[in-house]
Order: sequence, then C-alpha cells, then structure tokens
Amino acid sequence: MKYQSQAVAKLYFMAAIGLFVGQILFGVILGLQYVIGDFLFPAIPFNVARMVHTNLLIVWLLFGFMGAAYYMVPEESQRELHSVKLAKILFWIFLVAGALIVLGYLLVPYAKLAEMTGNSILPTMGREFLEQPTIGKVGIVVVALGFLYNIGLTILSGRKTVINMVLLTGLVGLAVMFLFSFVNPDNLVLDKYYWWWVVHLWVEGVWELILGSLLAFVLIKVTGVDREVIEKWLYLIIAMALITGIIGTGHHYFWIGTPHYWLWLGSVFSALEPIPFFMMTLFAFNMVNKRRRDHANKAATLWALGTGVMAFLGAGVWGFLHTLAPVNYYTHGTQITAAHGHMAFYGAYVMVVLCIISYAMPKLRGRVANCETAQVVEMWSFWLMTISMVFITLFLTAAGILQVYLQRMSDQPLPFMVVQEKMEFFYWMREAAGLVFLIGLIVYLSSFFIKGKTESAPTMKQEVSS
Amino acid sequence: MKEAFTKSMARNIYYGGSLFFVLLFLGLTMDTHRKLPQSDNREAITESVAHGKLLWEENNCIGCHTLLGEGAYFAPELGNVYERYGKSKEAIKAFIKSRPVGGIPGRRSMPQFNFTEEELDAIADFLEYSNGIDTQDWPPNIQG
Repeated sequence: MKYQSQAVAKLYFMAAIGLFVGQILFGVILGLQYVIGDFLFPAIPFNVARMVHTNLLIVWLLFGFMGAAYYMVPEESQRELHSVKLAKILFWIFLVAGALIVLGYLLVPYAKLAEMTGNSILPTMGREFLEQPTIGKVGIVVVALGFLYNIGLTILSGRKTVINMVLLTGLVGLAVMFLFSFVNPDNLVLDKYYWWWVVHLWVEGVWELILGSLLAFVLIKVTGVDREVIEKWLYLIIAMALITGIIGTGHHYFWIGTPHYWLWLGSVFSALEPIPFFMMTLFAFNMVNKRRRDHANKAATLWALGTGVMAFLGAGVWGFLHTLAPVNYYTHGTQITAAHGHMAFYGAYVMVVLCIISYAMPKLRGRVANCETAQVVEMWSFWLMTISMVFITLFLTAAGILQVYLQRMSDQPLPFMVVQEKMEFFYWMREAAGLVFLIGLIVYLSSFFIKGKTESAPTMKQEVSS
Repeated sequence: MKEAFTKSMARNIYYGGSLFFVLLFLGLTMDTHRKLPQSDNREAITESVAHGKLLWEENNCIGCHTLLGEGAYFAPELGNVYERYGKSKEAIKAFIKSRPVGGIPGRRSMPQFNFTEEELDAIADFLEYSNGIDTQDWPPNIQG
C-alpha cells in the first residue's frame, strides 16, 4: 500500500465478502425450493429468496468495484484519494440502505413494501433485478454520484493512466445506464426495451470496461510486464467488448414485440461477443507467461488466470450456445438461460472482484502477500468454487435441454409443471454442487484467518517496477 | 508485426468503434420506436391494463414467472397464458383466487394475494394485452 487513503478499500472488500456469503446462503435455499416446492413457504417464498439472491449479488459486486477503485485509483493517479471521509460516509449509507432493502424484502410482503415506499408515485419496482423500492434506487444514484465525484476528482488531478481512464469510463457508464431503471412506461414492450439498457449494457457493456481495467491492474502488478503492452491489450479488449456488445443487445430483442431485423442484428453481433472474452483469456495467460518477476502472491495470479478462462466459458461459450435466434427460439427463458447466467456472473464478475481482493487485501493488511498456508487454502477455495460452479452450470444445462425438448420440441409438448418434475434429478445434482460451492466459500473465508510468516515491506525491485 | 500495431491504434479502434456503434444503436432505437406501433399492441392498453401491470410489478410476479420469456424460471410463462386458458379471463381469475394460503404440501405454490375483484380484472386484462403482442411466433407452442 503506497497511499494511506487506499486503506478505505478494506471496508468495501469486507462488506462485499459478507454480502457474498448471504447471496450463496439464499442460493442454496432457492436450489432446494426447486425440488422441495414448499420449503420455507409461505415465510420466504421463492420470489423473495430470489430477489435477495440476485440483489445481494449486484450489491456486493458494486461494493467490490468501489473497493477496487478506492484501492487502484490512488496508486494509478499517484496521489491520495480526494476524500477518505466521503468514501467512509458513502460506505455506511450504501451498506445501511442495502441492508434495509433486503430486510424489507424479507420482513414485509412485497406489495406492502411498494405501498410503504410510495411506489405508485413513480413505479419502478417489480422488474427483474430492479426490485428495489424507488427511494432505494434514488439512494443508489446518490451514492454513485458521490463515489464518482470522489474518484473522478482524484483521477483528473493526478497521473492519468489508461487503466484509470477506462475504469472511470466504466463507472460513469454504470451510473448513467442505471438511470434507465427509472424508465417504466405502461407499454410492456418499451418497458422491456429500456430495462435491457440497464441489465445488458451493464453486464455486456460498461461492466466489461471495469473488468478489463481491474484485470489489467492486477496483471501489471503480479507479472511486471511493461505497462505499454498491457494497455494495448486493454484497449483492444474493451474495443471489441463495445463493438460487439452494444448491438449485441439485440439478442434480447428477439421475442418481446420488437421489429424483425433484431433477429439478424442480435444474432450476428452477439455471436461475436465471445471475442473480447477470448482475448481476455489470451491476455491473462500471455502476460503471466511473459512475466518479469515471480510475485509472492500466487493466489492473485491464479484468480487472474481463472477470470480469463471462466469469463470466456461462462459469458462467451455458454452465451453463444443459445444466442442465435433459431436456437434461442427454443431455449429462451429456460434453465439454459439460468446455466449461462450463473457461470457468466461467476466467471467474469465474481472472479475479478475476488482477484483484486486477493491482490489488495494482503497489502491492506500490511504485507506483500499472505503466508504460504493461507495462499494454499485460498487456492483450494478457488478450485472448490470454480469446479462446483462448472458443475452447477452443467447440471442446469442438462436440465435445460430436457426442458426444451419435453416442453417445446417433442411431438406431445408437456405443461411446464409436468416437465419440472421430470427435471428433478438434475435439480438435486445442482443443489449438491451448490453445497460444494458453499463449502468452497467457507474455505475462502477461513483463508483470511490463517496466520504465518509474511514479508512485510515490498523489496526494491518490486517497488521500482510496479 | 507487433511493433507495427501501436497503442494509439488500439485506442483509436476503441474510441472510433464505440462511437460508431453507440450512434448506430441510437439510430436503431429510433427506428424501433417508429415501427413498434405495428407490433406492440399499444391500442389495447387501457386504464385497467396499466393498473394490471402495476399490480403485476407490485406483487413481484416476475420473481417466479417469465413474461415473454423474461423473469424467473420457477413457474410457467404467462405471456401466452390467456390463450393457454382458452382465452378465458374468468379462468385466469379463478386460478389466482383459489390459491391456498398455506400452499400445497410438497409442491411449488403460488401465494394467496387476496386481490379484489377489480384487481383480478386488471391483472387478467394485462395478461390479455401481453398475449396480443407480436412476438415473432414465440413461444413455440401453447405450453410456453
């Protein structure tokens, strides 16, 4: 840690990990509800558990992004953060607001929550992933603006690196696209059209800039490869991400009442969307192969390589699997989509946040890297979580294929609920894989508490070349 | 070869490419707005349909169901439920009304929302309107 103000990132990372645990616990509940339909009903109905699961994911990733920015920006800008106090105030506002929203989901019926928070004044609730009460969304915007002000001032008055500028662009894009969550016309087609401006243009657009920038930062640090080379890669990756991803939004405009030409545009451009993710894989492996130093933090390097591979598999390969319109006609809105969603979110965003945490957290705790044992345990958690996520995805894909066939392709298409019972076997397997993921997460948590011999100050070589 | 491709070229591809595709996307969005009246069934949006949509949202129906294939995959697709129920709004209302408060033992259950008659009408109207959207013949069959 070179600048005192970077320390504020620790708060954000701890909150991120805490909420991650909550997300996974609710994931396990949901997986069980798929097979034991009345599990926790009516106390925690499926829709409530799902909101908690998905909203916690989004919120903890945002905590992770913000923590990453607070850690990276001072170091890249070569100056202290504009205001540590503001970063701390916004942290508590965001955490308390997030906790209140989740408690609201759990403790009162959703319709009551809508009534209590005056949803009818400006109805924005009740749309997938954007279930937060309108006042909560306003709070998110306020926190985002304060955060951007803090980060932006730091970046603009310090050294401007490509990593910094790409990160800032991604974060500004994140905030701007979120404003479309307030667009909710009575016309369902328009509602859906702009809903995707938040959801797709986040995860297949501006978030990729953040992902690229975080990955590039960690790779510079752990490999010592020349910044010029890394920055060139970064530009090319994000160029391809936006060139394919923006019109790639069209793969969501196949069946929602939008014009026919989206079938072509969406298919062609989203078929190209794996390219930036494949480049990320090449990027990570190339840089590590060309490394000019062996950084003591092996775990962070593993997460960086893992991000490259799993983002390509989850977002790239599993996305391509069902993105062409003639295929999507049959797979749209089935467990195939769920399979893709799980591995893409894990491989791209969860892993990159865990990667920056893995790199930064030891530094924030005053050491170059964690002790050998702690790293080994962390790497075990990497494999447990990653492999179990691969299996979750495979089982959901199998379930999805069965569903597509029985419900949509066979000579005698069966009703949804009949098909669901026939898929039970794969749901049980998914739940088992989910439990292994939870074990992996517990192992991950335990790695933070392992004490051992660590190097406390960076060596000259590392100091000079980073 | 590697030296021939410089960072500033990469940067130009990023800025140029992004700008071009942002503008193209905005253009396509304008064109979509122009063409939507032919497919989005907007003439069917009444006050009751709008109310039904609000109820749909305020009870988080999307948390279990899909609508035009989007949402959660825990309960049936509802974009074509109007047709699946024989174009009977009464059948839709009867289903929603008859959900047992404590659920059905061992099975996935829909909660009892205690809607008024007027609210039930609004939800059924909203589902009828959704069914009328031109979705390029999706879903493939009546089962959704």
